[in-house]
Amino acid sequence: MRALTVKGVRIDDTFAEAFGMRATAVIITADSPRWAHQAALTMTGFATSVIGCGCEAGIDSELTAAQTPDRRPGVRVLLFAVSTAELQKQLQARVAQCVLTSPGSACYAGLDGEERLRLGNALRYFGDGWQISKRFGGKHYWRIPVMDGEFVCEATTGLTKEAVGGGNLLIMGRTAQTTLAAAEAAAAAIAKVPNVIMPFPGGIVRSGSKVGSKYKGVPASTNHAFCPTLRGAADTALDPDAACVLEIVIDGLTSQAVAAAMGAGIAALVKLGPRRGAVRISAGNYGGKLGPHQYHLRDLTP
Amino acid sequence: MKPLVLTLRARPDQRLDLAPLVPHRLAGMAAAEIERVEVQTTRRRVLLADIFHLRMGDVAQIRIEGACDRLDRIGHEMTSGEIVAEGDIGAQAGRLMTGGSLTVHGSVGPWAGSGMKGGTIDILGDADERLGGPIAGEIAGMRGGVVRVRGSVGERVGDRMRRGTIVVEGDAGAYAGSRMIAGTLVVVGRSGPLPGYLMKRGTIVLGKKAVRLSPTFIDCGVHDLIAARLMAAFIGSYSTRAAKLLSRPLRRFAGDMAALGKGEILLRA
Repeated sequence: MRALTVKGVRIDDTFAEAFGMRATAVIITADSPRWAHQAALTMTGFATSVIGCGCEAGIDSELTAAQTPDRRPGVRVLLFAVSTAELQKQLQARVAQCVLTSPGSACYAGLDGEERLRLGNALRYFGDGWQISKRFGGKHYWRIPVMDGEFVCEATTGLTKEAVGGGNLLIMGRTAQTTLAAAEAAAAAIAKVPNVIMPFPGGIVRSGSKVGSKYKGVPASTNHAFCPTLRGAADTALDPDAACVLEIVIDGLTSQAVAAAMGAGIAALVKLGPRRGAVRISAGNYGGKLGPHQYHLRDLTP
Repeated sequence: MKPLVLTLRARPDQRLDLAPLVPHRLAGMAAAEIERVEVQTTRRRVLLADIFHLRMGDVAQIRIEGACDRLDRIGHEMTSGEIVAEGDIGAQAGRLMTGGSLTVHGSVGPWAGSGMKGGTIDILGDADERLGGPIAGEIAGMRGGVVRVRGSVGERVGDRMRRGTIVVEGDAGAYAGSRMIAGTLVVVGRSGPLPGYLMKRGTIVLGKKAVRLSPTFIDCGVHDLIAARLMAAFIGSYSTRAAKLLSRPLRRFAGDMAALGKGEILLRA
């Protein structure tokens, strides 16, 4: 792999390999931005990886009152899963447990499309017979009486089969502090890109994994080639100047959105430079055999 | 393209059935064929050309000039396009409509929008009784679409309404929203006695507090409903007065407890 160097940051000639996913979006509103954010944060908690959480979810964007159906501040949340059935199950469970329960919340479709997932249509039974159906302007809403008034929820939301999961950047730095600063800068830049989420804590993963393990029945294990403490003890992918590696994983509603997000991340890393940020950028793949989507870093480098 | 214009020659001496005068039924017809369309309701045959002076144009846009309350069933089962009536028209305007728009620059007779499923009806004058209601033998009234009346409406507006939205900017007669199955009815002005009489489900919004409400409606208190905001956002494009009414806190009455009792009357608080 010949590295390309931009403003002192080495960028590997490699690619991120990503997979097709099913995704949906919802808009959560509340009386204040704080409570809209709270409901969204709760709903997207424990949704870092489809392997252990059933889905990957995160906040796509904060919406002003003018951008939401009920003219209250809101948040757009994206959910990704490997199948339509699992996505439906996760959406239903998370909205029921985390949004319905949140003070003053309401929940609307965040995605158009022919194919639909049940939203209010699944939750209306909580109303125990007092739920009210309302249709106007081509939209269908359910009003469910709750202790602070009514929970209003759109009947369905859209589903896309064009979504992509697993876009990623591996960020290597001289110290833990500079690497984290670099990852934070990249995550902040990617957060501004529409239609993508970074499902891990604050958008950053420190425990990248490889497929398989020496132990039976363990599907994934630590990516030892990128562990700085194993340098020398195992085969390593690290250069002598790297003491820390952090990863950003990106899921997007479209392949273009994932490419745009990776490009924004690389641009932010290059801008920060090697002294305060990353010395090298790479990406994770499986040799190009598994995922249908490949994002080559050299194509995305500014 | 210019619209098809029909100008009334004189007041007809019988009620006319103008049901054939809708875009999808006139599509592909030549002017001479349209002139020979029969519109009588008695044994005396009346052709369209006997009553109207016809100026050919795009049949997707029909303009009816001249007011007469004997012009019944205008916009019957209309699916698309546009009909504009320049004056008063008769009964059952826009009945069973599924799409398109009907605008009346005057008043309409009874059963306007009866059983309609989609599209919009805009009445700039008044509407007679049973706007959107079912005719004899039918189980449900309006099933979708939007009706706006700038003036006032007669008794039993939205009778047995099942879905859709009716906005009345003026006053409503007695029993507004009687036997409603579901749907939304907004009366910005004064409402006659006993609104929501025997309603099962649905929403009636009333702009004036002084209403003779049936004792079978239960006061649920004043609320600032999210659903009312959504309604306001939707209705705003049809009536700013109705949208303004819905943007305020409203007193909710549940009823009619003499029927299913899952409906509501929202009164200006």
